[in-house]
Amino acid sequence: MSAGVEHRFGPYGGQYVPETLMPALAELEQAWIAARADAQFQDRLRELLHAYVGRPSPLYLAERISAQVGHPVYLKREDLNHTGAHKINNALGQALLAQRMGKRRIVAETGAGQHGVASATACALLDLECVVHMGTEDIRRQQPNVQRMELLGATVVPVQAGARTLKEAVSAAIRDWVTNVSDTHYILGTAAGPAPYPALVRDLQRVIGDEARAQVLELAGRLPERVIACVGGGSNAIGIFTPFVPDPDVKLIGVEPAGEGIETGRHGAPLTVGGPGGNGGVLHGAYSAIMQDEDGQILEAHSISAGLDYPGSGPEHAWLRDQGRATYTAISDREALDAFARVARLEGIIPALESAHALAWLFANPRSELDVVCLSGRGDKDLAEVIAKL
Amino acid sequence: MSAIVTGAERIAAAFESARAEGRRAALMPYLMAGYPDLERSREIARAYVAGGADLIELGIPFSDPLADGPVIHAADVAALAAGANVADALDVVRAVDAHVPVVVMCYANVILARGLERFAELLAEAGASGLIVPDLPLEEAPAIRELLDARGLALVPLVAPTTPEERLARIGAAARGFVYTVSVTGTTGERDENDAALPDILARVRASTAVPVALGFGIGTPAQAAAAAAAGADGVIVGTRLVRAAGEAPGDVRALVAEFAAALAP
Repeated sequence: MSAGVEHRFGPYGGQYVPETLMPALAELEQAWIAARADAQFQDRLRELLHAYVGRPSPLYLAERISAQVGHPVYLKREDLNHTGAHKINNALGQALLAQRMGKRRIVAETGAGQHGVASATACALLDLECVVHMGTEDIRRQQPNVQRMELLGATVVPVQAGARTLKEAVSAAIRDWVTNVSDTHYILGTAAGPAPYPALVRDLQRVIGDEARAQVLELAGRLPERVIACVGGGSNAIGIFTPFVPDPDVKLIGVEPAGEGIETGRHGAPLTVGGPGGNGGVLHGAYSAIMQDEDGQILEAHSISAGLDYPGSGPEHAWLRDQGRATYTAISDREALDAFARVARLEGIIPALESAHALAWLFANPRSELDVVCLSGRGDKDLAEVIAKL
Repeated sequence: MSAIVTGAERIAAAFESARAEGRRAALMPYLMAGYPDLERSREIARAYVAGGADLIELGIPFSDPLADGPVIHAADVAALAAGANVADALDVVRAVDAHVPVVVMCYANVILARGLERFAELLAEAGASGLIVPDLPLEEAPAIRELLDARGLALVPLVAPTTPEERLARIGAAARGFVYTVSVTGTTGERDENDAALPDILARVRASTAVPVALGFGIGTPAQAAAAAAAGADGVIVGTRLVRAAGEAPGDVRALVAEFAAALAP
C-alpha cells in the first residue's frame, strides 16, 4: 500500500485523521505515485518551475557575510522565486496534482502568508478556486500577503480560534477539507500532516537541495561542512537537507524559533526541546515532536515569525534528529531581528524573518569551512512588524 | 451489576434491552466532561440518565478537536479553561456508570500522552465500557484495541459516508461494542435534516459487522432521531444540540433528552 510513499519515518508519521479523510489520503497517495512516474507531469512541473517560478534559484556566495564569519557562506536564494519564497515549489506541484485528480477547489492554510500567496498564485495560473484559512493575528502581522492573496482571486477566511495563528489555520483547513472532500484538495504547506503529505511535500521541495548540491560542487568544488535552514513545520529544511542526507560529512542544522527564550516556554521549538525520542505526540494527523502538556493538550507556540509559530514539526525531522543525522537548535526573536537587519545592510538582501533564524544561527556559530544557508524567502512581508521592533 | 460483566458486554446489553423493550433505537447522548464545569457536567450526566439515556458518550476535552465543529470545539476550549484535566474528566464516568454504560470519546494524543497501557488501565478503573477515538483510523488502532480487549472494553470504530466497501468490511470486522456511523461528510454539528442516503449507508454498515450500528453527527432534533431509527440505526447519538444546551440552559437538559427518548419510544 505504501509502495514508494513513506507512511512512517522510524516511529514518526502515520495517519491520525477522521475516517472521512482516509479515502482521500489514499487517493492522494495513489495520484502522487502515478504523477511522479509520469514523464508528462514531470515535464510540465519542470517547465513551470523554470519559466514561471524562475528556477534554478541561484546559489550566491555572500562575500560580506563570509568575511564576517571567516569562511565562505553560500545562500540558496529561494527568496528570488516568483512569490518570494520556497513555498511555490510545493504549491505549484500540488495544484498540478489536484488538477490531474479532477479537484477544482483548493483549500490551504497559511501562517506568514507565503504558502497562502503561493497557493493563490498556483490556483490563478491553473484556474482553480482557492480558499485560504489564516489566523486573525497573522492577518494583522502579515497584511501585505493578505492583500496579495485577495488580488490573486483567493478567499481568505479569518480564523478566530485559539492564539489565532498557524496551528488554528491548519485545523480550520482540515475541517474545511473534511466537509468538502469530494471536490476539494488540501494543499498542505509544510512537510507535516498525515501521510502522504510529509513525503509529498519533501518530494516537491527537494529541488532546493538537488540544485544547491550541484551548484556548490560546481562553484566551490566541494560539499559544504554545514547546511543550515529554519524549521517551522520544516518544508524548506527537508527540501534542502534531503539530497545531502547520504553525504555523511555534511552537517544538517535545523533552526527553530526560541521565541522569547526556551526557558520561558514561549517558543516554537519542539525538536530542540524534546531531544532524541522526546516530546512525541499527535498534532494535525502525524506523530512527531510537538509542544504539549502532560495530559497531551497542545501548547501554543510563540515566535515573532508567523511562519515558524507552530507547536509541531515534520515527522521526518524528528527521525533525522533521533538518528543523529540532523541537529536541531533554536534562535530567539531578538537574535532573528538582529540578523534580519544585519543581512539587509551587509548584502542588500532583506530576508524573511523565518530565514533570519537560520542566518542568526550562522552568526552565532561561525566556526566552519564552508556553509550553505537556505534563504527560504524574502522579508518584504515582515517590514511593518520588524520596523516597529528594531 | 455482576463484577464479571465486561464493558463490551454492558454495551451489547444496552442495545439489546432497548430492542427488547420495543424502542426504535437506543439513545446515546454526548456530553463534554468539565463543561460548563466539572460539577455541572456530572449533573448533566445524571440528567441524561434520568431523561432516558441507554448509553452515554463522554467526551474528554482536547485543545485541537479536528473532527468537531464550532459548538463542541468551543466547549473543549471552555472546559480546559475551567481547569478540566484528564483525571477529572474520567472521574465523571463514576457519576453514572452504575446506571448506564459510558463510552469515552477522546482524541489520540490524550491517549498517547499517558501511554496506551496506562490509559487503558485508567479507563477500566474509572468504570468506562468503551472508547471512541475520532482521529484513530483502522490502521493506527490495533495496539490500543488489544489493550482494551484484554480489559473487556470496546474500541468503537467510526465509519463515514466516504468509507469504501472494502474498507468498511475491514472496519466492521474489527469493531467492538458498536460501529459509530458518521451521518455526514463533515464535522460535528446540527444539520437541518438527515442525508437522504442514510438508509443506504446504514444498510452497508450493517452488512459489514456483527455489532450494532449507531448513527451520529448532525442529529439535532427528536424528529431526526426518529428518522435515523427508521432508516435502520440501532442507536442514535446526539451531541452538539445537547452541548449547546449545556452551555445555554443546563437545567433544560433532562427534558431535552426525554424528548429524544420519547421520539424513540415504542
